[in-house]
Amino acid sequence: MKHEVIIAGFGGQGVMLMGQLLAYSSMLEDKNVSWLPSYGPEMRGGTANCMVIVSDRQVASPLITAPSALVAMNLPSLTKFADSVKDGGVVLYNSSLIDEEYQRDGITSIGLPFNDLAVELGNARVANIVALGSLLSATDICDKDSVIDSIKSVLPERHHHLLPLNEKALEKGLSLVN
Amino acid sequence: MARKLMKGNEAIGEAAIKAGCHLFFGYPITPQNELPEYMSKRLPEIGGTFVQAESEVAAINMVYGAAGTGSRVMTSSSSPGISLKQEGISYIAGSELPCVIVNIVRGGPGLGGIQPAQSDYFQSTKGGGHGDYKLIVLAPSTVQEMVDLVQEAFDLADKYRNPVMILGDGMLGQMMEPVEFKEREIKKVDHSSWATVGMGDREKPNIVNSLYLDPQELEDHNHKLQRKYDEITANEIRYETYNCENAEIILIAYGTTARIVQDVIPMAKEKGIKLGLIKPITLWPFPYDVFNDYVDSTKAFLSVEMSMGQMVEDVKLAVNGKKPVHFYGRSGGMIPTPEGILENVIEVLGGLE
Repeated sequence: MKHEVIIAGFGGQGVMLMGQLLAYSSMLEDKNVSWLPSYGPEMRGGTANCMVIVSDRQVASPLITAPSALVAMNLPSLTKFADSVKDGGVVLYNSSLIDEEYQRDGITSIGLPFNDLAVELGNARVANIVALGSLLSATDICDKDSVIDSIKSVLPERHHHLLPLNEKALEKGLSLVN
Repeated sequence: MARKLMKGNEAIGEAAIKAGCHLFFGYPITPQNELPEYMSKRLPEIGGTFVQAESEVAAINMVYGAAGTGSRVMTSSSSPGISLKQEGISYIAGSELPCVIVNIVRGGPGLGGIQPAQSDYFQSTKGGGHGDYKLIVLAPSTVQEMVDLVQEAFDLADKYRNPVMILGDGMLGQMMEPVEFKEREIKKVDHSSWATVGMGDREKPNIVNSLYLDPQELEDHNHKLQRKYDEITANEIRYETYNCENAEIILIAYGTTARIVQDVIPMAKEKGIKLGLIKPITLWPFPYDVFNDYVDSTKAFLSVEMSMGQMVEDVKLAVNGKKPVHFYGRSGGMIPTPEGILENVIEVLGGLE
């Protein structure tokens, strides 16, 4: 078992956190993980991405050239990475911000309105957690409960009133993909 | 103890604190900023001292001063900043003081870029500053190994009264991996015979100095340093080998690049090519002798680096003309891919038939 996930979007969309939660949750399940961020001169509005590897064996190179899953939160990310997804892989893209459709033979590609769904839940900022939920149901990388545990650990105590919202967002995401 | 998911740079900081380092002097530069940031938060909590100096030159000289008391002290920077510290590093080595210097390497030369590189190999292992001196240079390839080696670096610095450099790169500094901080005893060394910690019962003051105006005295000092470097070379060489028995080609790589090479080995196996890896962990002293174990059974060596070919010179010294030595590298912040390395291996093999 080896998952190689690229999560990409605008700076500020929470893609780094999404990757960290995925790595953290998988670590809680005793898997080997690595999280590698892009760290160019990025800023809010620029592009950002991180590469997460989850494996039952030791992670050698933390760099991903052919991901098994891609979460693209905006169009530049989809354009940059979608064609590199390997056969049998998954592409989840944010149709709230991406108008065109992306389909390719040999992969599963699904457009989901992460931003709109987050707004429906009452907070546009949980779009990343909705996306993370959909990634979990499309790939089975780790359990929902592990993600809830890691959100608890990562979120400072003063923000813990947001836990129920995050759990709802995660469940929403999980319900999107069969 | 539970594993923690930590960024490389932050893990270095925690490892240093666990090793009894309570003093840090630094100046910001990407891609190592999380380390001073972490120290600025943690050191005051434990009664330590963090100073953001006015420059790299000031920071290394603060390290020089603190190390003169025999205290465990660390500084960190990235390539251009480490260049600025060279004068101080030479003084620290000349004065035989223990300290740990972290270089999270970025692309050069000059201001270069901020992406990962290994192009400070020469600077770290062959001098960098002036005079006949050596740093012990440790090159981790995972965040866990970085933690273990940082803790070890302080012990080595104390044991030999010598500066130790941790040579990482931007990728290792920025990435997160699970780490475990193993409980380990801090090897306390009595520095009272030389450290400037007050007169106590002594009749003569201890003086920390690298100035010897009498040439004979300075030559004697150089011989003494050399004896120490010989002792380090005899005792402290570290490396790992993977799959080297009967390997057709042995790749040599350290740090991040060694991880990438570990992915190439199974890819090559699928194509029927048997590859081995020698991973130096101490870049100085370099593990020359291990090459003797495999030089007869392998066809060629290939040094893989994120530089234009700096370690390849040490590999050639080790192989001593007995087999061909090739080089493959990327530079400027570009990272070798497993596919690119494999292509190069096939090229090397083709040239051998």
